[in-house]
Amino acid sequence: MTTTDPYAAAESSTTEGRVYTVTGQDWDSLVTGVAESDDNKVVVNMGPQHPSTHGVLRLILELEGETVTEARCGIGYLHTGIEKNMEFRSWTQGVTFCTRMDYLSPFHNEATYVLGVERLLDIQDDIPEKARLIRVMMLELNRISSHLVAIATGGMELGALTVMTIGFRERELVLDLFETITGLRMNHAYIRPGGVAQDLPQGALDDVREFSKLMRKRLPEYAALCNANPIFKGRLEGIGHLDLAGCLALGLTGPVLRSTGYAWDLRRTQPYSGYDEFDFDVCTWDTADAYGRFRIRLDEMWESLRIVDQCVERLDGMEGEPVMVGDKKIAWPSQLAIGSDGQGNSLDHIRHIMGESMEALIHHFKLVTEGFRVPPGQAYVPIESPRGELGAHVVSDGGTRPFRAHFRDPSFVNLQATSVMAEGGQVADVIVAIASIDPVMGGVDR
Amino acid sequence: MFGVRGSGDTSGYGGLVRTVQLPGAATPPFGGWFDEVASALDAAGRAAGVEQPVQAVVLHRGEITFHVRREDVAALARVLRDDDALRFELLSSLSGVHYPDEVGRELHVVYHLLSMTHNRRIRLEVTCPDADPHVPSVAATYPTADWHERETWDFFGVVFDGHPGLTRIQMPDDWPGHPQRKDYPLGGIPVEYKGATVPPPDERRSYN
Repeated sequence: MTTTDPYAAAESSTTEGRVYTVTGQDWDSLVTGVAESDDNKVVVNMGPQHPSTHGVLRLILELEGETVTEARCGIGYLHTGIEKNMEFRSWTQGVTFCTRMDYLSPFHNEATYVLGVERLLDIQDDIPEKARLIRVMMLELNRISSHLVAIATGGMELGALTVMTIGFRERELVLDLFETITGLRMNHAYIRPGGVAQDLPQGALDDVREFSKLMRKRLPEYAALCNANPIFKGRLEGIGHLDLAGCLALGLTGPVLRSTGYAWDLRRTQPYSGYDEFDFDVCTWDTADAYGRFRIRLDEMWESLRIVDQCVERLDGMEGEPVMVGDKKIAWPSQLAIGSDGQGNSLDHIRHIMGESMEALIHHFKLVTEGFRVPPGQAYVPIESPRGELGAHVVSDGGTRPFRAHFRDPSFVNLQATSVMAEGGQVADVIVAIASIDPVMGGVDR
Repeated sequence: MFGVRGSGDTSGYGGLVRTVQLPGAATPPFGGWFDEVASALDAAGRAAGVEQPVQAVVLHRGEITFHVRREDVAALARVLRDDDALRFELLSSLSGVHYPDEVGRELHVVYHLLSMTHNRRIRLEVTCPDADPHVPSVAATYPTADWHERETWDFFGVVFDGHPGLTRIQMPDDWPGHPQRKDYPLGGIPVEYKGATVPPPDERRSYN
């Protein structure tokens, strides 16, 4: 019995050519081997485990010296079958699944799914104003936290570690806000069909105001560190160039599309959840390169702060207004509260359904066990997530479960541009190009 | 007791056969800009050599779906992108849906198109039978369809003819079967908890 250990042999001949397995201290075997061959080409696996590939992304690069002649993406390492799992859960439970796809912008996943479900239920106009405002506020806070991660990880991949530490410092503030309002730091399942899961707690609006004031002092730090930094500009300018025709052909949306100068933002062109009532600018740049996309993300954080301030202003006088649709057969009934042993069922709610209202008990029971039924049909309501157009195609067969929920994730589509952006450049520019696309592998793989 | 017949399931959910009525075909006039797009698609499709471009139109909740024949989808994609009245520059999404009950039309491929010029969205739907799951690829017109079609092949088994490289994208390259079809199990093992066994999600009681 002969078993060959593929990791033991330093060099082996295969039908595809010579395969070198280098594990450290033996790089010269690769160098001499390549020098002996006719061409300078090496196919390198920038494998799924890598600190700079923005997640579990496998990059198969064909290198000729330092130049990338071919770049391909291998994805699927984070595929957990979210879409198929949603077919076996109720419509409300589907929110808890889809929120985990693009894990850096969970509210956006929830929002597109819930908007699709609400369109099928035909309750789009019945969502209370307070729910719409809370949704917008959370979506914009999420945009800030997502762009902070994009900038932080992008900077770290270049070696600018301070950008990472300050980026994540600010993100902690946003996650604290999320914890105050929804109970969780990430993957909240807060936006549900009909409205939002719970009302804002006392003092939440003050916390948001504090945060906004603090962010306005902190955001200029990023600009001061990066915008005119010669190393930063040298690494980002001209990298990952993709013009408007290329973007539209490859289906790219979001900051990558806006870096070409085209002001396409779904919040402005196809507004949802009351975005047409807000005053904000669509950020563009004209260089169609990685530097432009970085500047757009910085500008978008400022615009998001503007929207958050407008939300807080409008939410100020809305104490006690409903945050769920009026139809009790759809509105999520139960409330959570912080008790002596942590977060759990609100005792007020339990007293209400057990002692005060039989109908409330019935609604609670039916909604939690069976869920509501959605009329048959299909809907697609895309929103502007921090990475681009995020849309959920929801198909209902009239039952209590989604018949099909497919998510058009912007990271999945935007990552197709890797080859176009990377080929012809150098290895180091591949990292920068991918960082400028800002893919989140949870959304790519679902 | 009480004359138990059958399985003894008195929940009322077992054995209930509900016929699902998906939204039916609409007749013109559709209202708003839908008529303009429908007539432009019809005219441009015929000019491109397609006999009857639109098989059916479904209007539901303010969204329009054009059902087209799978043989025509590549030609229609080209006219949808290039014709001035249509100008659907962006293919937002391409995905599959599996309807095992629609014998002869089990696999549906759904295309979501966005026109940025006119700020409109439409949906194209194409069906193909399980026995012959071939649909022409639109990757030549919309290069973004590349990965979408690979994903639809991976999860549903729809073969896109003319695709530059139709391989699995999410599942491992040598995976057997097409996971998101309805006849593919979800997977999972039963879990014992406090004396009871909780079955995997696809075997639990369904209220549908």
